[in-house]
Amino acid sequence: MMKMQRFELIEHTADIGVRSFGGTIAEAFETAAAGMFSLLADPGRIRERQEFPVEVEAEDREMLLVEWLNELLYIYESRGVLLKRFHIGEISDNRLRGSAYGEPIDSVRHEIRTDIKAVTYYQLRVEQRESGWLTEVIFDV
Amino acid sequence: MSDLELVQINPLLWEIPRTGDMRVPGRIFADRALIGQASEEHALQQVANVACLPGIVMASLAMPDIHWGYGFAIGGVAAFRLEDGVISPGGVGYDIACGVRLLRSNLIFEEVKESVPGLVHELSRMIPAGVGRRGQIRFGQKEMDAVFTRGAPWVIEQGYGWPEDVDVIEDGGFLPGGDPSLVSHRARERGFAQPGTLGAGNHFAEVQLVEEVFDPQVAAAYGVFKGQLCVMLHSGSRGLGHQVCTEYVKLMGAAAVRAGISLPDRQLACAPIDSPEGREYYAAMACAVNFARMNRQVMTHLIRQSFEYIFKLPAERLGLATVYDVSHNVAKFEEHEVGGETIRVCVHRKGATRSFPAGHEDVPAHYRDVGQPVIIPGDMGTASYLLKGAEGAMRESFGSTCHGAGRVMGRRAARRAIQGHELKKRLEAQGITVRAGSNRELAEEAPEAYKDIDQVVSVCHRAGLSSKVARLRPLGVVKG
Repeated sequence: MMKMQRFELIEHTADIGVRSFGGTIAEAFETAAAGMFSLLADPGRIRERQEFPVEVEAEDREMLLVEWLNELLYIYESRGVLLKRFHIGEISDNRLRGSAYGEPIDSVRHEIRTDIKAVTYYQLRVEQRESGWLTEVIFDV
Repeated sequence: MSDLELVQINPLLWEIPRTGDMRVPGRIFADRALIGQASEEHALQQVANVACLPGIVMASLAMPDIHWGYGFAIGGVAAFRLEDGVISPGGVGYDIACGVRLLRSNLIFEEVKESVPGLVHELSRMIPAGVGRRGQIRFGQKEMDAVFTRGAPWVIEQGYGWPEDVDVIEDGGFLPGGDPSLVSHRARERGFAQPGTLGAGNHFAEVQLVEEVFDPQVAAAYGVFKGQLCVMLHSGSRGLGHQVCTEYVKLMGAAAVRAGISLPDRQLACAPIDSPEGREYYAAMACAVNFARMNRQVMTHLIRQSFEYIFKLPAERLGLATVYDVSHNVAKFEEHEVGGETIRVCVHRKGATRSFPAGHEDVPAHYRDVGQPVIIPGDMGTASYLLKGAEGAMRESFGSTCHGAGRVMGRRAARRAIQGHELKKRLEAQGITVRAGSNRELAEEAPEAYKDIDQVVSVCHRAGLSSKVARLRPLGVVKG
């Protein structure tokens, strides 16, 4: 089955968000991460040279989405890397394990487009629909 | 976009009457045009949501630069009783103690105008700006602990500034009550390479000209005169503050889930002021506030060095003194009159500036006769303002006024409408030197993406929340 990798940006006066879709909740979370990193830099210019394992826990699915994205932002900021591909191996309502793939920021090849300060809980959604899963999240930029 | 009822109380004040779970009404200071802009977004709903929080007193307020935020509206002010009220990390925001500092000089623009482009270039070289830009200054763990408890005074002792700077920084340069043990490893890691860095987005360092003085007596008390060259800094607590907020929104949100409390918006996660979580957040927030004050102090030092290099004179001879330094994203314990009684409350200002009038004991001694300086950063093509705190703010807004122009256009919409390089040309044609990390960021911050600062400041002036002292026009802009 082909993986659905679809996201769109949500307009907000001061900030910006991402709406993602996926056949499974894992895909929807992976796509949300891809959407977030597309705000930071051009994914076409990021190579998959390193793997970063990620494991997060939260009270419910919505908070799990925020934790997942905040963890990726933390990896980006603390290690100075850009991430491109995301894979979630295990996911429940309270916990996920996965990996992110990317490379160190290279000031020649990469232009950082936007600073994302944090992932907010505002208008946060994780929903199962007939056609699959939808997530919505707003960033503080 | 909002179904809320909106009642006009007077030409500059609008009320959202109590309905549903609202404990107090919502009140927005605005004229007809500004309230129209606010009504098109979800900002009014956000004012109403805040009115539902426990222990809120008088009203959930919004300043004229109100715009759609997350959780609290930007431009929001809310005060909570200590006994049964709450403290909310979302009511302060991610950029804890984001704020503004104004430096004056004894330089007259007309006499030094040839030097301005070189000065702006030197400032852009000295002050790291932009996404992910690291600074040259690093503090070890023990030193960071000192930053968290003593902020600006500590860093001045290390040689970054003048002893008299602390007299004109809000709270004497540090907010007491910071507990460094509550600042996580992650927060420290994010802040480690950031002392003395500006950041991105709407943060800036600007060389400005005092274009107009509205109140010569107060301007003189602030050391400000027409034709003078000044520098304004707009920055905050950087990644360290973002991390502190992130951790406490999570902690308080999880506590709410466990307690079965449903919030109108999860970003409003909060805890009783008098609870372990509430006390811990305040103590961690105070550390981030002090980090922000250190950060602006270090940048002040870098600005003085830049002036010395360009003008070949010591900064003291150039009169590069701090006028004032004030935060616009913060929660503080203050005394206010509520229902005829003076009580201690926790005032949240999220995109609002403290505006204490003459005579208030928290106004620095040499400004006490005139009132606290209020610094309002505008957009890079228009103007910024120096105001003074006014009596009306104590009666109507828990001693608060606006904090800037407030956005009207989303960042993407701004990028679609405006080309960064064309904007740069336009600004340079207006005589404004621009040093920006990227044209993309520049376009997002274009003047047309913001409300009319003159209108916002005028509403605050007429509503008695603050009074106009001087208007400053940008001459040179350093941005991320």
